Amino acid sequence: MLRIERSVHDQIVAHARRDHPDEACGLVAGAEGGDDPLRFVPMTNAERSPTFFRFDPTEQLKVWRDMDDRGEVPVVIYHSHTSTEAYPSRTDLSLASEPDAHYVIVSTRPSGTGDHAEEFRSFRIVDEEVTEEEVEVVPDVR
Amino acid sequence: MSVEVHVPTILRTYTRGAKQVEASGETLGAVIDNVDADHPGLKERLVDGADLRRFINVYVNDEDVRFLDGLSTVVTDGDVVVVLPAVAGG
Repeated sequence: MLRIERSVHDQIVAHARRDHPDEACGLVAGAEGGDDPLRFVPMTNAERSPTFFRFDPTEQLKVWRDMDDRGEVPVVIYHSHTSTEAYPSRTDLSLASEPDAHYVIVSTRPSGTGDHAEEFRSFRIVDEEVTEEEVEVVPDVR
Repeated sequence: MSVEVHVPTILRTYTRGAKQVEASGETLGAVIDNVDADHPGLKERLVDGADLRRFINVYVNDEDVRFLDGLSTVVTDGDVVVVLPAVAGG
């Protein structure tokens, strides 16, 4: 299960909306050995594409080094789907390289009913096997 | 002549859990060959034919080697090589 604070959840959704119709991507860092996503880190999608994302490689090195210095790991890795459901694509599965991360996908596709409640779903991806997990959005404790 | 190679979590199964290993070589390609000699299988995860795999980022002293000379990038004593799988998808 992914337990995530309301403000972090909302920042992910806001980033996905802001970059629509391109895919947005980023991570939420947390203490190594823990499972709490605490520090929101939006990343640049180097592909600037509605169907593909890739963390900008130079930015990625800097962010990974920051996490090392702080004793953090990427607890959540998120990206958006802009015209399909919030479920991992074949590409998402084949490129997933963090077996301990929660892979969050937000869909910003227009909903048929006209409301704007984005789908926000979380998955574990290990050896290209996907397992969906429950998401619990909790009030901010900080 | 030795350089430090930082290994990402997902590839540490090849290095018995080590976060970094020492290696030698005149170029990045030679360094990877040298690491593979001690940790067989690692090269296969990094290199495809004559090039780095598309979704593997390698940095020499913080420079993405795609902006240098790829596997031909010259390395010297004390350089730091960092390997990070790209975070990407569709």
